[in-house]
Amino acid sequence: MKILVCISHVPDTTSKINFTDNDTKFDTNGVQFVINPYDEFSLTRAMWFKEKQGATVTVVNVGNATAEPTLRKALAIGADDAIRVNTEPTDGFLVAKELAAVVKNGGYDLVLAGRESIDYNGGMVPGMLASLTDFNFVNGCVGLEVDGENVSATREIDGGSETLSSSLPIVIAGQKGIVEESDLRIPNMRGIMMARKKPLQVVEATSTDANTTIQSFEKPAPKGAVKLVDADNIDELINLLHNEAKVI
Amino acid sequence: MSVLVFADSTDGKFKKTALEVVSYGKKVAEQLGSNVVALTINAADVSELYKYGAEKVITVSNDSLKTFNAKSYASVVSEAAKAENATVVVVDSSIDGLYLAPIVAVSLDAGYASNVVAAPSSTAPFTVKRKAFSNKAFSNTVISTDVKIIGVAKNSFGVHENEVSGTSEEFSPTIAASGVKSEKVEKVTGQVTIADADIVVSAGRGLKGPENWGMIEELADVLGAATACSKPVSDLGWRPHGEHVGQTGKPVASNLYIAIGISGAIQHLAGINASKVKVVINTDPEAPFFKAADYGIVGDAFEVVPKLIEKLKAFKAS
Repeated sequence: MKILVCISHVPDTTSKINFTDNDTKFDTNGVQFVINPYDEFSLTRAMWFKEKQGATVTVVNVGNATAEPTLRKALAIGADDAIRVNTEPTDGFLVAKELAAVVKNGGYDLVLAGRESIDYNGGMVPGMLASLTDFNFVNGCVGLEVDGENVSATREIDGGSETLSSSLPIVIAGQKGIVEESDLRIPNMRGIMMARKKPLQVVEATSTDANTTIQSFEKPAPKGAVKLVDADNIDELINLLHNEAKVI
Repeated sequence: MSVLVFADSTDGKFKKTALEVVSYGKKVAEQLGSNVVALTINAADVSELYKYGAEKVITVSNDSLKTFNAKSYASVVSEAAKAENATVVVVDSSIDGLYLAPIVAVSLDAGYASNVVAAPSSTAPFTVKRKAFSNKAFSNTVISTDVKIIGVAKNSFGVHENEVSGTSEEFSPTIAASGVKSEKVEKVTGQVTIADADIVVSAGRGLKGPENWGMIEELADVLGAATACSKPVSDLGWRPHGEHVGQTGKPVASNLYIAIGISGAIQHLAGINASKVKVVINTDPEAPFFKAADYGIVGDAFEVVPKLIEKLKAFKAS
């Protein structure tokens, strides 16, 4: 089985979010970038397939050279090779289109991604990629088995889960549950050393088509201080929730 | 030219988000000098949508669409958009909305913005405000394609009555076959789900053990709320993973979020930032959650929660 794992290069969860250039650009100053957490769940599942069932795992990122350490980390975790599509990932459609070109050229059976990136939170790339390649698609996947050509995938639904069957090829957008957080891997020294020698291919983008552009960013208005209520005065809390906040 | 809204339903009844997206569609139509067409699939009574501004409702009745299937539903939405010459398509940003919208976007060659929190700030260029950086910021995004798709974030625009005398007509689209087949659906019945809930009662390690969740469930029951938990609690197996709220768990956009015995790690806050009013009950006055909360009680959950239940019962009865 040939597996492609799509990797987004995102600011670490704890990063301070600030903007520059008149609030038009994300301020990367002092920010550490990591593998998008949702992609990390999917990458770990890909490693499981590789080790238990036999598969090759390629990781791909659409982005500029700053994303290469993140791809190297995925290689250190155990992916066999990496591809970087050299373009600025300004829009989900553009990313999906570039990934579709990689998928079409590579003959992959299973494409794994995360359900969304934690920076732009669009949640659109896996679905668009599936449509552009005419692959089947399961979003928000919390369980995945592949037996030969047959796929059994479980997705989260409101108030429960749904198990779906499909055949390969398929695009899976994973999240926590496809593997548990405790199963996520930290690269060891041997993996890091080996990753340096693994192939990282840079390919040029096929187009610059984007359907959306970000005009500016803004941060939420500063929040007022918390109103503390005495633990012996629950009536006051109910009064505030009813009359001031109007939520009960 | 029209604004097409997909009004989603369950067992024939419209979800609250359906009324919100119709309200949103009406606002966009006013801005564009256009009209609102609502698309429904297997809904029983569509007249409710007129109350929120749908001038025309197109109804699809088909047994093959009884359960949600992203590709099939997307083909219906796309065909309806073409039939109605829609320039804007509005859907919700629920789990299913986020599943189908990207497929519709490719089919219509349309720009798509998900998790949109406000009516367009401009229609030329067409600019919407959406959540970014896990609720720590917003991006003002310009959609430049002829057809635009907007995924409205829950509880962001609100439900607004705007009665019109609408009409309905049947629509019989060609439904795309899907290569993905539903085999089994498992749902927790009889409980309010986190996605539907206007109020969420959530608890963390401060509860000391799963045997103490009875009072959390009772508080949720009194408020008609859903129950949720922090990540350590689901990792410890005290509560099911489906209740884990946070960055890698479920996002919550409720009107009221009550956090009990949760310190407020940044990953947890990223999942609940979109909630309107936050109440924190914690013994530790230095807990970071107090900085994110609107109201707080510094106190022991085992003393505060039973009193809160008692007082809320009295309040509801009055």
